[in-house]
Amino acid sequence: MTTDVTTPKTTGALVAMKLRPSPVLQEKLLHLGKTFLANVVPPIVVLAGLLALWEFLCADPASTLPAPSRVISDTWELIVNPFYDHGGNDLGLGWQILASLERVAYGYALAVIAGISLGVLVGKSNWAMRGLDPIFQVLRTVPPLAWLPISLAAFQASAPSAIFVIFITAIWPIIINTAVGVRNIPDDYRNVARVVRLNGFENFTKIMLPAAAPYIFSGLRIGIGLSWLAIVAAEMLIGGVGIGFFIWDAWNASMISDIVLALIYVGIVGFLLDRMVGFIGNRVTRGTSA
Amino acid sequence: MSNHYLSIENVQKTFGRGPEALNVLKDINLTVDRGEYIAIIGHSGCGKSTVLNVVAGLLDASAGGVILDGKEVNQPGPDRSLVFQNHSLLPWLTVYENVALAVNKVCAKTMNKAERKEWILKNLDMVGMSHALDQLPTQISGGMKQRVGIARALAMEPKVLLLDEPFGALDALTRAHLQDEVMRIQADLNNTVMMITHDVDEAVLLSDRIVMMTNGPSATIGEILDIKLPRPRDRIALAEDPEYNHYRREVLRFLHEKQRKVKPLQKAPPAEPARQAQQA
Ligand SMILES: Nc1ncnc2c1ncn2[C@@H]1O[C@H](COP(=O)(O)OP(=O)(O)OP(=O)(O)O)[C@@H](O)[C@H]1O
Ligand SMILES: [Mg+2]
Repeated sequence: MTTDVTTPKTTGALVAMKLRPSPVLQEKLLHLGKTFLANVVPPIVVLAGLLALWEFLCADPASTLPAPSRVISDTWELIVNPFYDHGGNDLGLGWQILASLERVAYGYALAVIAGISLGVLVGKSNWAMRGLDPIFQVLRTVPPLAWLPISLAAFQASAPSAIFVIFITAIWPIIINTAVGVRNIPDDYRNVARVVRLNGFENFTKIMLPAAAPYIFSGLRIGIGLSWLAIVAAEMLIGGVGIGFFIWDAWNASMISDIVLALIYVGIVGFLLDRMVGFIGNRVTRGTSA
Repeated sequence: MSNHYLSIENVQKTFGRGPEALNVLKDINLTVDRGEYIAIIGHSGCGKSTVLNVVAGLLDASAGGVILDGKEVNQPGPDRSLVFQNHSLLPWLTVYENVALAVNKVCAKTMNKAERKEWILKNLDMVGMSHALDQLPTQISGGMKQRVGIARALAMEPKVLLLDEPFGALDALTRAHLQDEVMRIQADLNNTVMMITHDVDEAVLLSDRIVMMTNGPSATIGEILDIKLPRPRDRIALAEDPEYNHYRREVLRFLHEKQRKVKPLQKAPPAEPARQAQQA
């Protein structure tokens, strides 16, 4: 009996301690609710309008593209079973997207490490800046897919080639933004570091990285967007499991509804990736990054 | 060889080389005793910050040198802490963390963790910032930022405290308030201070000596005025004080008669006909 009574009480107290409803917090929540409504209602209205228009335009059974209702009925199996596994490449869309995300994760992680390091180098050293910057400026304009043949030739395998394409796509904005961020660290911050005599490592972690973080994160955000753009195109060419090849396969099988569904998923995942990096950036820089 | 606490000896500073070289400072000689409060005043651009940065070790003198407590200054260090005009708090750190960054580094060997924490809190309390420990610099006012900057500088227990127009960006009321605070802290700690200012009243009110600099280029020390007003000083009582007003007048006379910034008016007339000719 006593335990039955005390247990909920303790949990209640714990919850109350965590979510201490201070007046400031309440006001914040109210404000959040309002901005949520103001931000969510317009897109829903516009989306409904566009869907209606699409439905109307493709209502004719002979139309080349399926109407939204057709898309849903054609792809219902895919929608409700994102994680089926019929062997081979015949996997649910969830698996396809996870496979693409895995490639992006490897390529992007490498790009983050190499990009920030090179960016700091270019930002710190005038010599590195003069030597490397022109090369970067030329290489960054090369379209991602143009790297694919050469990486296939180098790696002789499709998996590392796709990862390399992601890496080489994402790295330029990360390098360039990091370099600009490091160059733009105000002298005052350096002077603070000099007066308290921070050593090289402390200066790097306590002054340079946080001071350049808003720039670094805008580079990271551009980088993740480009990676996702590139992976879909790269997978169309290399085949195997992945959302890009799924789209290509659906096109070959003339399953246009599948393509439409896949495009929607690609868009949503890309959006979430962008927001995720933005969110982390916001957390790390305590609101000073965009 | 002088036996003063801080001595600036024949300091000269030239920026750049060759034909572009700009000689900013020439023959700066100044000695400061322990516990003395020095104000440096002079027109904008004459080289006041340059002097302070040489003392701080952030800039190397082109010739001459600075000796502090028997040792030559050749690099920046916590024994010469600075408060900048634009506060220069690190925006990603809270008020507490900004002071902690300095204290944890500078006092790492002399204090344990708990002592350092107490020391940080004590210094923030001294400038009246205990209520905002977890605020970010963007969330507090300009006056508060300057207080935190002062707390950070004081927490390093510097041999000389260097203030570069610490209150320049503040409104008159906040400035007066902070000046009183600095006088109170100074009465307690008896630091050696060099402060740059543009404000004649501030200079007379706060300092033991006012160093007046001539206009650049090749600026040097024009006059030094001893302020023999008794402490503690009260701004309201001093407003009527003939001695105070005498000092004020001396500084104003130096700045506006002897070192007046003469604008070359002769250059203006030729521009007029040219513009008329263009219009015609
Ligand atoms: N790093 C630098 N390189 C070249 N010239 C400089 C540099 N720093 C300062 N100067 C020049 O030295 C002169 C003095 O500058 P300083 O900042 O010391 O003036 P100041 O007296 O502090 O002026 P203010 O009251 O406006 O702050 C100026 O003419 C300035 O242009
Ligand atoms: Mg200055």
